[in-house]
Amino acid sequence: MGTTASQLPKESLSEYQELTFLTKQEILLAHRRFTELLEGDERNHPNPRVPMDAILTLTELKSNPFKKRICQVFSTSENRDGSLTFEDFLDLLSAFSDSATLEIKSHYAFRIFDFDDDGTLDYGDLEKLVNCLTGETADTRLSSEEMRQLISNILDESDIDKDGTVNLSEFQHVISRSPDFVSSFKIVL
Amino acid sequence: MANGGSFNVNIYEEDYDYENLGESGPSQDPFQLFKEPACNVQGNPGDIQMEMFTKNSDTSDSESTSSSKESYNGCRLRSLQRNNWSAATRRVLSSMPSRKIGLHSSAGMAVRETCALPTHQTSSRVSLHIPRVTQDDITSPEFEEISTEDEANNLAGSGLWCTETNKEQLVSDLRGLSESEGLRKLRAMPLSLADKMEIRKHFFSPLAKNLVINRNFPCRNLPCMYLSRMWRHCRYAPRFSTSLKLWNSSMKKLSGRYGTGVLSYFTFLRTLLFINLLFFITTFLFLVLPQAIHPPPDSHGESFSWIEIFTGMGYLSRSLMFYGYYSNITIKTTSITSMVPYCIPTAYFFTITISFFIICIILVYSMSKSFGKSFQVFKSDGNLSENVFCSWDFKVTKKPSIRLQSEKISTQLKEQLSELASREEERTLMQRFRNFLVHVAAWFICLASIFFSALGVYFLSKTISKVLQNLDLLFMAAVVSGFNLLLPGIFNFCAWMEKHNSPCTRVYVSIFRNLLLKISLVIILCYHWLGKIAVEQDPQVSKCWENFVGQELYRLLLMDFIFTVLYTFLGEFVWRIFSQKILRKNRKPVFDIARNVLELIYGQTLTWLGVLFAPLLPAVQIAKLFVLFYMKKNSLMLNCQASKKPWRATHMTTAFITLLFFPSFLGAAVFVAYTVWKIKPSSGCGPFRNLTSMLESVKLWAERMKDHHQILSWLFRAYNAFTDNPIFLFMPSGLFLLLIYFRIQVVDGQRRIIRRLEKQIDDVSKT
Repeated sequence: MGTTASQLPKESLSEYQELTFLTKQEILLAHRRFTELLEGDERNHPNPRVPMDAILTLTELKSNPFKKRICQVFSTSENRDGSLTFEDFLDLLSAFSDSATLEIKSHYAFRIFDFDDDGTLDYGDLEKLVNCLTGETADTRLSSEEMRQLISNILDESDIDKDGTVNLSEFQHVISRSPDFVSSFKIVL
Repeated sequence: MANGGSFNVNIYEEDYDYENLGESGPSQDPFQLFKEPACNVQGNPGDIQMEMFTKNSDTSDSESTSSSKESYNGCRLRSLQRNNWSAATRRVLSSMPSRKIGLHSSAGMAVRETCALPTHQTSSRVSLHIPRVTQDDITSPEFEEISTEDEANNLAGSGLWCTETNKEQLVSDLRGLSESEGLRKLRAMPLSLADKMEIRKHFFSPLAKNLVINRNFPCRNLPCMYLSRMWRHCRYAPRFSTSLKLWNSSMKKLSGRYGTGVLSYFTFLRTLLFINLLFFITTFLFLVLPQAIHPPPDSHGESFSWIEIFTGMGYLSRSLMFYGYYSNITIKTTSITSMVPYCIPTAYFFTITISFFIICIILVYSMSKSFGKSFQVFKSDGNLSENVFCSWDFKVTKKPSIRLQSEKISTQLKEQLSELASREEERTLMQRFRNFLVHVAAWFICLASIFFSALGVYFLSKTISKVLQNLDLLFMAAVVSGFNLLLPGIFNFCAWMEKHNSPCTRVYVSIFRNLLLKISLVIILCYHWLGKIAVEQDPQVSKCWENFVGQELYRLLLMDFIFTVLYTFLGEFVWRIFSQKILRKNRKPVFDIARNVLELIYGQTLTWLGVLFAPLLPAVQIAKLFVLFYMKKNSLMLNCQASKKPWRATHMTTAFITLLFFPSFLGAAVFVAYTVWKIKPSSGCGPFRNLTSMLESVKLWAERMKDHHQILSWLFRAYNAFTDNPIFLFMPSGLFLLLIYFRIQVVDGQRRIIRRLEKQIDDVSKT
């Protein structure tokens, strides 16, 4: 079901409420912010799709170093260009909401950190992840020696089957030990 | 492993013999080792399932299909040989949380991929915890889950499933559940919304709906059905905390700029506000209102001057605010109370004690929840992978704060790496000795300052024995608050001198010193009040000692508020202007979370101590917290910057709730209990005049009521039996200790299983 001009039909609202972790107010707010991103003529389209650049203008995502990955993970477009429909947008907000379970959050966190989409976090993924975390300025970036040491320590700690990569279960095992993850993996509109 | 009868093997092909795939693509990751396909065979007479899934990825193609089909037979043989776990092991393993995680994630991964449709037969009976294996595109196999249901005979699934079969599988899983449970499980699956809506359509087809309803309600009659539906609804209803809408938007702005640490301070403030609101509502309804409707005959209006708001004397002392106003009458005049007389002393006693009891339960409950969240079966320190994966706070949205966050994470990682590197180096004896001396000196300074401030308060309280006027009364309160303001500065200086290794230790040490200071000051004051004033009951000091104590606490609370305002103004606003204009540094002050939370706990302790003597004190505290929120928020936005030090929010929140319960609430409860039990109330005022203790009023009331009501006399006898016979104390304590021992053993057993499993995985990967 798509969204009609500017109103969300009641059945789809209740359906979204049942199938996502969002409350009614959050869904309505999301609808409002989503339609603001659309251009005039697209609003009458039954199932509009917002390109990635428009999504990235949202204040909650604008400065986030993982913004492009987030859009790509939640996008259901065939050509993987990171564009989102309203339902993809709701998926995004639901995974990042207050009441989402740890499993959902860790699942999507894994996919966001998996930069090459191969299903595991290998050396390249981990390196890109650390670079995103530490920022772009020269003094916060880790040197290549430090990076090598860091990634080898990470693999020592979390790679249980010693295959050189961190897969989803190992990732979730690490996450389950950290009580702060659930509260920090949140985006609220 | 055969369990008798005929059985078919469920094999979910999830990964490939690396040998077979070796040729199939240049894009294989060279690090991947050879892995056995993870197959798990459970046979059970009866249920037969056979499904074979093959994986087809987008990019690579027919090669994998053929190779996977080839390896199917090999897999089957291997699976027959491998798993010989007993049913008990399987049950234990499947109940472990980290293994359940694979359950839903494989579903999500699978549906997103397109693949070929293999043949399959859906199972007739499907268990709740379907074992699945998470699997990714190319290869790393993972551990399969094991079903808990005894009828289950599914096997670990291969990672990427076919959309159609996967959806049918999911639908059949959900069919075994009731409507709300099924929806809940569907919601928790990492699928896209479009897929979920499609599955829901299948699940909620009218035929299925009838089956669901008929199968899942154990009782057929109507009230039973409604009750079970209501119970399910209550369990799965959104949590109560989401309805606390107060200040949500402000807190979102704050977390956007400052992160989770500062947010935890404001959340703590909001929690305290609600606790005080609860207390206030109870005392207002049961105590203040009845007394307000029937004012005692000897009260008369007095002139009111503004200073009295600060000192609590004069008009306020003869108002509902303080203990002295309340009378020891039994209200019989209104229509309701002529049938059930409302006895004010009893109401006073019971309102206060029952409110304390309710708050105790609330605090213990939230403490246990917090502990549950932050408890780790394995305590590992300096966990790098945890820092890398979990430390990014997605709530932060402003660009400068994001930059600061990156700096913080980078510093933390670098520090941890250098710590790991330097762990091998030994520090010289001289260095260690010097460190030790510095620590001793710092602790000596801190303890000495605490001791001298406590001594000062003690002597001050002894010398102020004559009746003081007006603002002189505030002197004592000002001195206490002044100590509370200045001494933490000395502690900060000592902490800077000491240069602890880990930021955690630094925070804990500073919290401990602050706490010690506040506890010692409060203990000196309590000793002074209960030990001297209440016992001597010097008419020169006050005719009504409870009023005096209540007023002292009121003044302390107010002074604490005024000094907090002063500190916020001077410490943050003026300091920022000073450092920017005069020192020309671009650094704003940092919001000290630990110190501010301890201030809140201190204020709350004073409220709880004083509520017996001033029933409206929670209202003052509510007003104070309200103003404090807006003041702190604005000061933070204007003057402070985000901290560069990492702050483990959940651990700290647990620590703060524990501190709120353990020294703060329990101390106040002990104080109130001692007063009620041992101290003689003053004879000239209050609802307990002319009694030997406040507790005696309850005994008298019970004696009076005993003759009228059977139930009460029975309760009274039961109560006497409880308190006289010590076995009633030993039995619950013994039970409690047994429970604790049991839980400790369970945790220990889990630790051992985890270690053994890790070793097993390690061994498997080596072969």
